Amino acid sequence: MSQANFKFEKSDRSLMERLFEPPAPGKMSFTGNLVAYALLLFWSAFVLFPIYWVIITSFKDAKIVNEGPYYIPFYDFQPTLDGWRALTIDPDCGPYAFVHQIGVNLYNAFAYLVSPLVTIDRMQPAICKVLLAYQNSLIISIFATALCMIVGSMAAYALARVAYAPKFGNIVMFVILALGSILTSTYAGVHWALATVAALALFFLLARSLGRFFKSTLGNNDILFWIISQRILPPIVVVIPIYMMFQAVGLVDSHLALILVYAVANLPIVVWLMYDFFRSLPIELEESAQLDGATRFGIFWDIVLPLTRPGFAATTLLTLILNWNEYLFAVFLSTAKAQTMPIMIQAKNAGERGTLWWEMSAIIVVMIIPVILMAIFLQRFIAKGVLLGAVKG
Amino acid sequence: MAITTETISQPGALPAGAMQRESWGEWSDRHSRTFFIAPAVTLILVFAIFPTFYSIVFALSRVKFSPNGLVFRFVWFDNFKTQFNGNEQAHFLGRLNSISIFGYVFSAILIAAVLWWYFRALMKSSVVGNIGRLISAAAALGLGLLFAATLLSGNQWGTLLNTLFYVFAGCSIQFVIGTALAFLCSQPIWGKSFFRVIFFIPLMITPLGIGYAWKMILDVTKGPFKPFWEFIGLGGWAWSSDAWAARWFVILGDSWQWIPFIFIVMLAALENVSKDQVEAAQVDGASSVQIFKDITWPQVVPVAATVILIRMIEAFKIVDLPNIMLGGGPGIATESMTLHSVFLWRANNMGDSAAVAYLLLILTVVVCSSFFNYVVLNQLRKAHA
Repeated sequence: MSQANFKFEKSDRSLMERLFEPPAPGKMSFTGNLVAYALLLFWSAFVLFPIYWVIITSFKDAKIVNEGPYYIPFYDFQPTLDGWRALTIDPDCGPYAFVHQIGVNLYNAFAYLVSPLVTIDRMQPAICKVLLAYQNSLIISIFATALCMIVGSMAAYALARVAYAPKFGNIVMFVILALGSILTSTYAGVHWALATVAALALFFLLARSLGRFFKSTLGNNDILFWIISQRILPPIVVVIPIYMMFQAVGLVDSHLALILVYAVANLPIVVWLMYDFFRSLPIELEESAQLDGATRFGIFWDIVLPLTRPGFAATTLLTLILNWNEYLFAVFLSTAKAQTMPIMIQAKNAGERGTLWWEMSAIIVVMIIPVILMAIFLQRFIAKGVLLGAVKG
Repeated sequence: MAITTETISQPGALPAGAMQRESWGEWSDRHSRTFFIAPAVTLILVFAIFPTFYSIVFALSRVKFSPNGLVFRFVWFDNFKTQFNGNEQAHFLGRLNSISIFGYVFSAILIAAVLWWYFRALMKSSVVGNIGRLISAAAALGLGLLFAATLLSGNQWGTLLNTLFYVFAGCSIQFVIGTALAFLCSQPIWGKSFFRVIFFIPLMITPLGIGYAWKMILDVTKGPFKPFWEFIGLGGWAWSSDAWAARWFVILGDSWQWIPFIFIVMLAALENVSKDQVEAAQVDGASSVQIFKDITWPQVVPVAATVILIRMIEAFKIVDLPNIMLGGGPGIATESMTLHSVFLWRANNMGDSAAVAYLLLILTVVVCSSFFNYVVLNQLRKAHA
């Protein structure tokens, strides 16, 4: 048997096999290297070219764009700042306006803080659309990420460490009552707030009284699956009812609405990834802390979170980027005051002068700069395979 | 068994029966198991579950605007009937004029294949398993017959098959290229980390930016490839008015963004493959094709199946690229179901909009859970066996 393994000689192999034969284990043949580099360089060009093209187009003007393709700045065209000037052509968009707007925001924040004691009139922020959208995007994505990470990692930690046993009957009851409140408020004309409060009160009453008779329960895995499976839900299914809900409480086109919705949209990802990090931690550390009298919150905050720092950071960055790029919810829920960057870019395109490629490119560059910086930072974690654990299932 | 706060009493606690008002800290710690999970569950109930139920009401009603808000009139499944058999049929399913000979041949083969697949395991699996297989089989049959009646018969197809085209064509292209790149980067070559950073970037860029960037690049009259278009004699050609070119350009933009996702996950999986086995096989004289087929691939297949599933789930939601690149046009050629629903909403047709959204939800759940049950679970079982 062992002789058969050593039987074949070089001449038995085809040309292809000889070309790609590694000189030693763990090395690559010259031809193999050549092909690999050719493919990798081709793909790098494919990836980088659109970004390069957007950047150079932002330094062109109408004439240069319309006369035909020019590829290299200073060599075949003279770069101009037309696209960038268009961003600041609005009198509210200069450097002075920028500082002014920061001041106005600080003033408004102060006015909000002291509002229980003294009422101070808020100042209207300047209406530089680009700046406003940029600021909205920053506020919304940062707060939504923070909310999502706090809520999501707490839930993930609890699911990894505490045994839950929600009763099946209670869940069925909740669903029936929720449907009842929806149906009465839409078809029977009951006010939605009344229907909701009545249904909730009835649920707690029944869960306390009837709940004792229900026997079958669900486990942690069911809850985890339920939370993660929310990611399958296409946003378009929920966005119209969410719009109606926010309209009912007067929150359409507000930061809060977008923050809440973005946080929920990314909650499944956070719970899924963080659950895996928490589960892989040794439980002994937490047990000894508990014996020393630490509270659950203390254990979570002081011991568990610092231990999962790489995973936590990677998940935060991922969520931040997803929030920064979100499109569909913003289309429905932000019209003017809370308009985010994607919506502003789209509105810019629909101007009466047709698409102004140089302006558009400048805005896109502004929008992707922070994201590319984050990508390079996130790369450190990706290289470690931080996110692989969850995918392996 | 996980620890719960109730099971451990504090050392130095007061003897039983001693009355003491517990502090806020103690009270919150005693209920910490509720506080940890309640925010997440509440958020999901309010912003995902409740709207999903509410959406049923929209989908089953004719919604009218009135000064006091919306007025709902219950119409059973009329909105769904409109999509399948009414005046939205051409938009949603496509034009079902006449079925060609290819269509009939394909339908016959498909029916035979689905029946064989269903009855092969009829006796072996449980009742729930059989119901699941029945749903999957019915979905495959319905979509396949629709495919035969539209594309194979030379008729235009609608947003339903557009969405499936983005999902299946997009995912397979992205998976093949992403895995190939990951395989190249897992080889012992110099400058790996450089390529890794570069390849990772598109995933982070906003789909809107990608849409505009590709729109500029593919422009025939002003784009960078103008000399090339003129050279092959397509100087005056507008790809945005050709249905298939437009669809493939959407796939191009989508792939540019999502190949990095497949790439990073598959790269991590490939680097987890044990080096010893590969080198031992090399010493034994196995060719690189054999090594890949028999050693590397079986170890990464579970990750591959999972990553395709994740990608599929996201691909069903596609809306921004077709909207930005072409506004769903030419005609309805690149309109996905989400975009279809958005357009119906803009036309104040909320009932139909919700019905299309619900059909998308059903389609996503059926396709993804079929894929999960018959592909991902199988691979995971094989890997653990």
